[in-house]
Amino acid sequence: MFDPHKVREDFPILKRKVNGHPLIYFDNAASTQKPRQVIDAEVNFYQNHNANVHRAVHSLSQEATELFEGARKTVSAFIGAKDTAEIIFTRGTTEAINLVAYSWGLRNLNAGDEVVLSLMEHHSNIVPWEIISKIAGFSIKYCNVHPDGTLDYADFESKINKHTKFVSLSHVSNVSGVVNDVKRIAKITHERGALMLVDGAQSVPHLPIDVTDLDVDFLAFSGHKMLGPTGIGALYGKKSLLETMEPWQGGGEMIKEVTYNAKSERCGTSWNDPPWKFEAGTPNIAGAVALAEAVKYLQKLGMLEVFLYEKMLTEYAESRLRSCCTKLELYGTTDPSLKCGIIPFGVAGLSSHDVALFLDNYGIMIRSGFHCAQPLHQVFKLQSSARASFYVYNTEAEVDRFVDVLKEMEQF
Amino acid sequence: MTTLDDYVAHIEGTCGAEKDVIVTFKYEKKQEAIANILKKATLKNNLSGIIYELTFEGNSFRLYGSGKAIFRSIKNRQELDRILSALLLS
Repeated sequence: MFDPHKVREDFPILKRKVNGHPLIYFDNAASTQKPRQVIDAEVNFYQNHNANVHRAVHSLSQEATELFEGARKTVSAFIGAKDTAEIIFTRGTTEAINLVAYSWGLRNLNAGDEVVLSLMEHHSNIVPWEIISKIAGFSIKYCNVHPDGTLDYADFESKINKHTKFVSLSHVSNVSGVVNDVKRIAKITHERGALMLVDGAQSVPHLPIDVTDLDVDFLAFSGHKMLGPTGIGALYGKKSLLETMEPWQGGGEMIKEVTYNAKSERCGTSWNDPPWKFEAGTPNIAGAVALAEAVKYLQKLGMLEVFLYEKMLTEYAESRLRSCCTKLELYGTTDPSLKCGIIPFGVAGLSSHDVALFLDNYGIMIRSGFHCAQPLHQVFKLQSSARASFYVYNTEAEVDRFVDVLKEMEQF
Repeated sequence: MTTLDDYVAHIEGTCGAEKDVIVTFKYEKKQEAIANILKKATLKNNLSGIIYELTFEGNSFRLYGSGKAIFRSIKNRQELDRILSALLLS
């Protein structure tokens, strides 16, 4: 039985007060809090095992390497990858998408080619493609989103054609919480001979994920949104693809050899194997080790249980908001079968920032603004939105408090 | 001499189409800042000392008990500094 009260005991920050009130943290789509186990793992690394990884022969480096490569194995198993070489550690989702855009996109996309994105994407899955399209000359098509925030699958099918070389879509919208059927999208994409990247920033922390079953080519996600530290994330890529891709950053670790040719007065280079070919420079070793601890924590809770608990909490919150708050509007679909733990909303007569600042007075942290997804706000015809997003340590009592404060705000 | 820097921790444009500006007052000076502002600005609405709807020289803004204020339709940073100086310093 999933017990959020037991979970909460592992999160030191949840014991603090903000503005004189107990902290209620509903900004989990932006970043999550860290359990003691993750904090301890990072501290333990620096206190007992810190050294650079790979190549050094001394004992401490071997310990650090074992922990780092062990973390890769843990992350790999968590998402159902077939091979640990398919996991590249990055700074987060943004860097992972940029890696694919620059490494695969710049070398494989040309004038006449098309990339398909959607209007529900986070800016990090729009901007890299827009930047490199200006360099490589390919076109971008944006798949429409219905007014309720769900993906227009018919429009998607109409936009994917013989010119489409790449599809990059979010698994879960960071604004509406809508879950896209990426297995279906991947199937269509592959039938048309294109490749597919999934932005898993909002799905990997909240849903059971099996990349082999989904059959996606790339999956990008961030550690800090799944109880891990900031500055660490991962890119999953099919090994056969990673082997054909060129590195996007040069430096130590990613090369096999750098040899100076006296005749040509140049250096020749040969690349390391994946995943190290894409991990130039000293990686965030402690971050990777702590991310693995976060993964183990989630595995212990069970990802299906995590998903079902958040779903229950979201349904409870939406139902309380609908019945108690007269000036409040919920944006996007409220069909629980189509979404997970994110609630975008507004209060008549108040901007999203007013709402967030009012709640902040009571120690309740929510997000306001575009949430780095301005095109979706254009679809919703909104200036901005307030967003409450849940995770494993949130409770019904916190939702009740949230609703009570919103009711008070409606008197303004 | 007291300056805006003595009161203001940071000023940030909001993320959203509204183009509002959020002013966060320094924690140790927030009560003084709120008191100064309430003395100078005209109160339009107030909820439990948590949120105040105010106007000053034709500019409407909201002030929060946590020590933050949202200003709307401010032309530029110079305009905001001028208003803040008038509210906090003079």
